[in-house]
Amino acid sequence: MNRVVRFSALARVLHWLMAPLILGMLLVGVFMAATEGPAYATLVALHRPMGIGILLLAAIRLANRLIVRPPPLPAAMPAIQRVAALGSHIALYALMIAMPLVGWGMLSAGAYPVVLWGAVRLPPILPHDPTLFALLRQLHSWLAFALFGVVVVHVGAALLHGLILRDGVFPAMASLRRGRREGA
Amino acid sequence: MNEPSDVTRTPPPLAVPPLPPRTTILRLAAIGGVMLALVAGFALSAGWLTPHRLTQHSFMTAFRVVDGRHPGFRRNHAKGLCVSGWFDGSGQAQVLSTASVLGPRRSRVTGRFALAGGMPFQPDAPGKVRSMALRLRPPDGLEWRMGINDIPVFVARDAREFHDLLLAGRPDPATGKPDPARIGPFLAGHAAVARALALVAARPLTSGFGDDTYNSLDTFRWIDAAGRSVAVRWAMVPLQPVAPSRAGRDGSYLFEDLIVALRQHPLRWRLVVTVAGPGDPTADPTLPWPAGRRQIDAGTLTLDRAESEDDGACTGLTFDPMVLPPGMAASDDPIPAARSAAYMRSFWLRSGEARIPSAVSPAMVATGGGQ
Repeated sequence: MNRVVRFSALARVLHWLMAPLILGMLLVGVFMAATEGPAYATLVALHRPMGIGILLLAAIRLANRLIVRPPPLPAAMPAIQRVAALGSHIALYALMIAMPLVGWGMLSAGAYPVVLWGAVRLPPILPHDPTLFALLRQLHSWLAFALFGVVVVHVGAALLHGLILRDGVFPAMASLRRGRREGA
Repeated sequence: MNEPSDVTRTPPPLAVPPLPPRTTILRLAAIGGVMLALVAGFALSAGWLTPHRLTQHSFMTAFRVVDGRHPGFRRNHAKGLCVSGWFDGSGQAQVLSTASVLGPRRSRVTGRFALAGGMPFQPDAPGKVRSMALRLRPPDGLEWRMGINDIPVFVARDAREFHDLLLAGRPDPATGKPDPARIGPFLAGHAAVARALALVAARPLTSGFGDDTYNSLDTFRWIDAAGRSVAVRWAMVPLQPVAPSRAGRDGSYLFEDLIVALRQHPLRWRLVVTVAGPGDPTADPTLPWPAGRRQIDAGTLTLDRAESEDDGACTGLTFDPMVLPPGMAASDDPIPAARSAAYMRSFWLRSGEARIPSAVSPAMVATGGGQ
């Protein structure tokens, strides 16, 4: 049996589907929170279904990650880098799931309808409470800055592995090959 | 690899030839460049690199400069009173829009009457712009919110012009009136604003909130069952007899009169929808539409209860005009989106702040207007 060298095909498809989605979402979010232009309404209408889409994909991805073990990190990797890799992945998953939930809860607490598309609306997940709304709106911003920070570090680390260390970590996620195992 | 004891975990990877130092430096620089580009893109989106971009923060600042700091209050239309009642759709407007609220059914209404401006303790006066804000909730939950005003047109064509008008018209501390040296040149350079302000100043003034007509000002698109859309504006036209404005009394007389009227009998308005004719301006809310356009009686609004904002149902809400049911949508009028953005920011700020009691207090409402 050849050793596992790549993430599962589903994990890789979800990763590369979500990468532009999350980055786009962060840019849309900070832009709309700072604009008075006509784009505001369009971006808000885009932001809500995108957020729920990311939440659904993140849930599938988390389940897949827990069921299908990822490829092992290179044996030579120092302990501190292993901790950093694990910690940043936990932070990414936590933020991918927390951000949409905080947004949904914030709209619920502010008595805004959670419109996805046309007549499709989500039910409130928190009671109407303006103080809670203000708190969650603030938290939504802080988490966005945190998620963006982790994404930038993640991109930098991935490129470092791919271009400098060339230790197999980058192709484990970036490979187009079908299977998870060496030689496949 | 220098850890032969670790071979049990994974076989040693294939040896990677070391990079020439020059290549390493170039690649590190490229990685740094990618990370920097991401951060720059983020900062650019957030408006941090473009201090002159008009943001929600700019509006909050403008209201603070003009009206002072009033924590816990709305940044505009700060002095107000909560009301509630219901709306009965006539069904006649269903030819224009599939919105369920327009059908022959009753929707619950939470509303608010207010005076324009960010001063929660300003004294009432006949000429101050009055607003009616409504949240209409039909039984299916597909709600419609609006904030409508007793002026014939809006005073600016877009968010930038309104922002600059606010600052140009801010009262001079010495006189309490706009500084002619500032507002004069602004109006000279903004003919649309000057025309709109003249129309606003020439409007007939009624005796109070109850006999006033409130206009959407902005244009929206209503969409029918076949997917066809028309541009509309609308007005709440009072069913109470209209009395001309009397000389202003002090304090909160407009609100006191409203509280007294609501204790005596419900107040009612007809929702009159006007359909744009060909070529009527939809993107410019400073321009009125010609008389004689097709009008539809869309239903009747009844308000029967007042509450102070201090314990009222309208306080924890924003009357965001972009909260629209299916069958209604934005037009090319840029103002509703700008209001939506500014309301979100104002709602966020005030909901996190401690506030002092409102000018229109629970005691005033309880005793029927404090008279």
